[in-house]
Amino acid sequence: MSVIAYGAARASLRSSGALLNRNWIAMRRAWILIISGAVESLLFLFAFGFGVGALVGDLTLPDGTVVSYTAYVAPAILANAAMMGVLAETSINVFAKFKWMKVYDGILNTPLRPWDVALGEVWWALIRGFTYIGAFVVIMALFGLLDSWWSVLAVPACLFVALAFSGIGLTLATLFRDWTDFDWMNAVVFTMFLFGGTFTPVESYPDYLQPLVYAMPLYHGISLVRGISLGQAEPMMLVNVVYLLALWVVGMWIAQRRLARALYK
Amino acid sequence: MSYRASTLDGMPDDNEILVSAADLRKSYGDHEAVRGVDFEIRRGEAFGFLGANGAGKSTTMRMIGCVSQPTGGSLQVFGRDPHTQGAAIRARLGVVPQDNTLDGMLTVFENLVVYAGYFGIKKKAAREKAAELLEFVQLTPRAKDQVSDLSGGMQRRLAIARSLINDPELVILDEPTTGLDPQARHLVWERLFQLKHRGVSILLTTHYMDEAEQLCDRLVVMDEGRIIASGSPRELIDTHVTKEVVELRFGTAHTAELAALAHTLDGVGAQIEPLPDKILVYTDDADDTGAALEARDIRPSSVLARRATLEDVFLRLTGRALVEDEA
Repeated sequence: MSVIAYGAARASLRSSGALLNRNWIAMRRAWILIISGAVESLLFLFAFGFGVGALVGDLTLPDGTVVSYTAYVAPAILANAAMMGVLAETSINVFAKFKWMKVYDGILNTPLRPWDVALGEVWWALIRGFTYIGAFVVIMALFGLLDSWWSVLAVPACLFVALAFSGIGLTLATLFRDWTDFDWMNAVVFTMFLFGGTFTPVESYPDYLQPLVYAMPLYHGISLVRGISLGQAEPMMLVNVVYLLALWVVGMWIAQRRLARALYK
Repeated sequence: MSYRASTLDGMPDDNEILVSAADLRKSYGDHEAVRGVDFEIRRGEAFGFLGANGAGKSTTMRMIGCVSQPTGGSLQVFGRDPHTQGAAIRARLGVVPQDNTLDGMLTVFENLVVYAGYFGIKKKAAREKAAELLEFVQLTPRAKDQVSDLSGGMQRRLAIARSLINDPELVILDEPTTGLDPQARHLVWERLFQLKHRGVSILLTTHYMDEAEQLCDRLVVMDEGRIIASGSPRELIDTHVTKEVVELRFGTAHTAELAALAHTLDGVGAQIEPLPDKILVYTDDADDTGAALEARDIRPSSVLARRATLEDVFLRLTGRALVEDEA
């Protein structure tokens, strides 16, 4: 059995790798687009972390720890960068390839299955997401915003954020009908960015709003990345990880199913 | 290129069945696109589906290509079930879809190399194969161009090259020359002839009778989701129409007038068929028909005697022309 499973996993990796190769070749002429995404997150860090941070000074967390406001906000912006990188790739770019450029229609006639396509797009989105994350972490380190060696774990923590949003992005790409639907997505993303615990602890919101925040995928991403950056390991992080992984799996499953339905008419 | 399987005495095994369908059906909601078709395609042959637009040809091709699920009947490709072994079957097929589906973000050469990757072909082998195929479809000088810079005929040739990247045992072409100008059509036909000579099995759909006559060893005529005739081009003509056809035109006379005129022609040929702009007389001897017209003092403005074609077969079987409004 395990031999069969290994063979299937290998074949799936090879197939999704072929799509990864396609994206690499198609995008290597447009690398400037990828760089521009990383710059956006840095601008956020400078505006909020250093601008607002200078006014706020230090922040006392619910457990009594005192951290500088910049150190508090930076991990949240990192989680946001991880989200934005994969979301742009899996939602808008996949939508364009799917409905507009009909890239998958050609792939349909090869041994690749919708599952391989979805997986290939996830690998590609992770690569793009991690170029943002890598650049951002280096900058955080340069400004002394990483308090302990635990902070190095912030990078793998971002993997969970990126996986979750790749699943969500792929599902959205198959659900959306035209470009105006992306305005809705951007509105939701921005709301999560503002209220998902980026700038203030969730505990400072009114009680009736808190459940809403706990449901936000980005909230779990921020909690996880921030907790690790600040060196505060706690059991809640397991909940964060499980929630984010669940979003990935469900998102992937819906996306490949919808791709199959749309393509295998 | 792929080679035909051989039997023990070294002769190609022409009887090996690549595709077999029995009572194959496909419906979309209430619409029945394919209404129970039976056919067998053998290794090494060029098999055609001839029919007007909307006859169910493309749907049948998609089912054979394992990208559309039959809703009834049975289908086997390479002896396998497309439902459970679709990916394994697609690995052995080459497909040229009607709309090419080339990757617009890649160059001509990249289109081939990337496509090879989808079949698990290693990079070095892929590049060699891509160069060889570009040579085959005469696009080597355009290797670095974007796909959008190619003409329609070149894009179709690139799609044909792409379909050959995995040395397929069967190449499926859905209307390979629709929308191409005459010169581009001939270039495509010439390449397909080359493929035939190399022993590649070909399956194509077309609504051009000349294409079917030239390329197909065997074909079926499809109409409204059903197969209404099958055989070699010669057999179909012999079975369904006379050897020759005389086309008569009467100045500007049109539908109703021609229908009336048709009655006066009874007996000058085996069958009289009035069309909107001319009358067709099916006959075994055009000279006899000419003499009969003269004897009755019927004087058309133009008389054209020609051999019967598949177009006539289609007309006789369906009462409609194959291509209604050809540009």
